[in-house]
Amino acid sequence: MKEHVYDTVYLSEEDFTEGRVLFETWVPKARYAWDAGIAIGRYLAELKQGRLVGRHCPSCGRVMIPPRMFCEQCFAPTDLWVPLQDTGTVITFSICYIRWDMVRLEHPLIPAVIAIDGASPGMGILHLLGEVDPQVVRIGMRVRAVWKPPEEREGAITDIRYFKPLE
Amino acid sequence: MSLLERVIHPDQTKLWYGEIPIQSRYTVGIAGERFFREIKENGRFWGTRCPSCDLIYVPPRLYCERCFAHLEEWVEVPTTGRVHTFTVVHLDLDGNLLPEPQVLAFVQLDGTDGGLVHYLGEVDPDEVCIGMCVEAVFKDAGERRGSITDILYFRPI
Amino acid sequence: MGRNRVAIVGAGMTKFVRRAQETGKEQAWEAASKALESCEMTLDDIDAVVIGSAPEAFDGLHMKTEYLSDGCGGWGKPVIRGFVGGGTGVFSAIQGWYHIASGLFDTVLVVAEEKMSSCQPHPQGAFITIFDHTTERPLGPNLLWIFALEMNAYMTRYGLSKRDIALVSVKNKRNAADHPAALLGDPHITVEDVLNSEVLAWPVQRLDVSPVTDGAVAIVMAAEHVARRVTSKPVWVEGVGWNLDTAYWTNRDLSYPTYVEEAARMAYKMAGITEPRKQIHIAEPYDPFDYKELHHLEGLLLFDEGKAAEATALGITQRDGDLPVCPSGGLLGVGNPIAAAALMKVAELFWQLRGEAGARQVPGQPKRGVAQAWGDLMQVSTVIVLGV
Ligand SMILES: [Zn+2]
Ligand SMILES: [Zn+2]
Repeated sequence: MKEHVYDTVYLSEEDFTEGRVLFETWVPKARYAWDAGIAIGRYLAELKQGRLVGRHCPSCGRVMIPPRMFCEQCFAPTDLWVPLQDTGTVITFSICYIRWDMVRLEHPLIPAVIAIDGASPGMGILHLLGEVDPQVVRIGMRVRAVWKPPEEREGAITDIRYFKPLE
Repeated sequence: MSLLERVIHPDQTKLWYGEIPIQSRYTVGIAGERFFREIKENGRFWGTRCPSCDLIYVPPRLYCERCFAHLEEWVEVPTTGRVHTFTVVHLDLDGNLLPEPQVLAFVQLDGTDGGLVHYLGEVDPDEVCIGMCVEAVFKDAGERRGSITDILYFRPI
Repeated sequence: MGRNRVAIVGAGMTKFVRRAQETGKEQAWEAASKALESCEMTLDDIDAVVIGSAPEAFDGLHMKTEYLSDGCGGWGKPVIRGFVGGGTGVFSAIQGWYHIASGLFDTVLVVAEEKMSSCQPHPQGAFITIFDHTTERPLGPNLLWIFALEMNAYMTRYGLSKRDIALVSVKNKRNAADHPAALLGDPHITVEDVLNSEVLAWPVQRLDVSPVTDGAVAIVMAAEHVARRVTSKPVWVEGVGWNLDTAYWTNRDLSYPTYVEEAARMAYKMAGITEPRKQIHIAEPYDPFDYKELHHLEGLLLFDEGKAAEATALGITQRDGDLPVCPSGGLLGVGNPIAAAALMKVAELFWQLRGEAGARQVPGQPKRGVAQAWGDLMQVSTVIVLGV
């Protein structure tokens, strides 16, 4: 099938930096103001108070976090705000050594999916782990939220600095 | 409470600000490379011709969009043309008044089936008309970098 | 249900490269014209065009369909673009299929294109927008997190080691050494090379990951009466399927891709496949990361849950094994220009089933193959079954 492959012209990074090829650059003004919306708006307001909340579906009975105003499985409105604990269990984690633009980090981050106590089984959120040696983190580890002091909270997911081991 | 739950306290509404941290670097492409190099080095326009459709594409294309042929016949085309349509721009992208209105036109290049979108210069906006004959004015050779802005503007002949 | 039978009759592609000089539409034309040439058809013979391409942000263009359309042969024709994230490449073939199966058109040119090198400083700037802007992005994520988190969940659930999984990367990069369009083919790569490569987001290391790539792929699809006229070796679309799971990815079992299974069941039902392991001879599952191939083989019901790694270690998925998997070299070896990468898998089945894959040809005259792609928020799967 070689004959069906077009011989595309391959460039190296130096072809750009040394001016061997013509190009244009453009920086889009891609700045957004997203509405948090009803469910996440309340979620953020509760985070500011140092609380995690979920939403209950009257049809399937799930208590869901992140909260949502409709259950995507039943396609029905959810009906109740449910206070949750700020403890949970690590469902999975990674030890990340790079930033999004592939620059290496000085201190690795430990992102994790954490199932929150009080929500239905398997209901996790994405957050970071801290105050823990990356080598001892394991799936199933019990963790607790470490909150910013009230005066520093702004109604954001980062009002929780990270989760740390319970033990 | 339901899906129709309303925000009663407007101060509780929340906007979350963010950016998409990208910038784009566009190669001018295979046909574009030759087109812009001719502008940069010689202050000339070249196009590609499709012999079966009898079309001259400017800016040149690698292929004919109608018959899909690989276009390999390069032809030099005039730097003159006619204003096919134009607009007079008074505001910048943020809605601020420009110090001077700008005339933006689509110039159909003589003897071709294509043309360029560019500014008109050395002309009173009130005197611009469709069909007006214009020619390209290039930057000095030393300032050209192989870009559409190597052309300063088109001016009336 | 009164659907018309549809075949793939031609295929073509560009080389997959890290940075192409071609513009996106020039790449599209290169692939599309090669595909038409391969079946001795011209644009006049084409009724409609389907374009597959990932987010605008990669190429840095808005209304990418419209921009790409002339390079895809869309001038003056009905044109549509489908987009389901990484699942797009296979989905574009599915769209081509239903354009014809519905009876609306007799011939469709399907073109998938991606020019990721336009996105600076790194395409991750666009990729990270898959994370929720309010509840996730403030944590400073990068795309690798989502893969690393899923890979760890998968490894832990089934007790797999990094070494078990690295075998996939080795197999695919070696296979790609025989692909004339490949970016990362390497006949000499070893498991140690993968295990010693830079750790990016444990358990993901550099050589577990497919590269940022520019490229385009095209196929020509035709209704039966046209297909029989233009080729003696039509490759029939026997089944298609696609499925999406919830967008709340952190609420999901990350160790098993249920949505892949759902999509596969839909396609197998249409194809009359009741025993996929016996009735499918060749597989091109989506492999942007090495563990994903294993994950997807299990979702495609080709191996039991957690058992694809063992099959890989036994050589079953080698090109000369019992079930060749990614004989093309996959995304890990040929490259990963998102939408084009998955359409490359469809093209690979086309060449393999016609016995035209050259040095990559799997032995034993395979009669049926499955290609699968995956994307969005670890959420969508698209599946196509082809046969001769
Ligand atoms: Zn429900
Ligand atoms: Zn032509």
